[in-house]
Amino acid sequence: MVQGMLVTALTIYGIAICISVFRIIIGPSLPDRIVALDMIGVMLVSSMAIVSVILTTTAFLEVILILAVLAFISTIAFSKYIERGTIIEYRRDD
Amino acid sequence: MNIDATIEFIAALFMLVGSIMALISAIGIIRLPDVFTRSHAGTKSSTLAVLLTLVGAFIYFATNQGFYSVRLLLGIAFVFLTAPVAGHVITRAAYRANVKMADTTVEDELKEVMDKVQEEAKKERSESGEVIIEDEKKPNKEHSD
Repeated sequence: MVQGMLVTALTIYGIAICISVFRIIIGPSLPDRIVALDMIGVMLVSSMAIVSVILTTTAFLEVILILAVLAFISTIAFSKYIERGTIIEYRRDD
Repeated sequence: MNIDATIEFIAALFMLVGSIMALISAIGIIRLPDVFTRSHAGTKSSTLAVLLTLVGAFIYFATNQGFYSVRLLLGIAFVFLTAPVAGHVITRAAYRANVKMADTTVEDELKEVMDKVQEEAKKERSESGEVIIEDEKKPNKEHSD
């Protein structure tokens, strides 16, 4: 019963990630694609939690933190690229 | 059904409800008309999905193995801190890059303010005799489609 519910939840996460990948493919502008990419990162975090419950191991719990950090940093870098055209600015004052 | 099995069932129910929330937000991201409404769907409901799923995993590990994972709680706190920031930053970048709004948009209050500020800046520059460099605005126009 519990195992079936967990597998169902993982399947639903897979369907949701597929829908977001579809939005990344058809998305008319670059910010649309980045919103969908950020959402995929967040959904991967939750599906990793379900995977670690199904396998009854706590080894995957570090993956949650690292995926969350990577999704956040990549979203910030992409939005800075859209706004200014560069990610790291080399501005010389002299 | 003893108490441990009941608590495990509740944890699995949390995770199932969280996955349904993620599905709802995915439907929102495919159905809504423009990038601003899509970021509304993507940020809010996926934050709730992460909360429910990680709380379910926390309850499961606490009852099944007696393991109170701080990393799961830290993950919840981190997602709750960063998801609104990321949503705000990406929406601001989209507005600055002149991404087209949906045809059903009724009002754009920020546009009047931005126009006024730019007008004033231009006037100040021309009064002080400074040469206006248009190159700074060029990178934004590449992403306006």
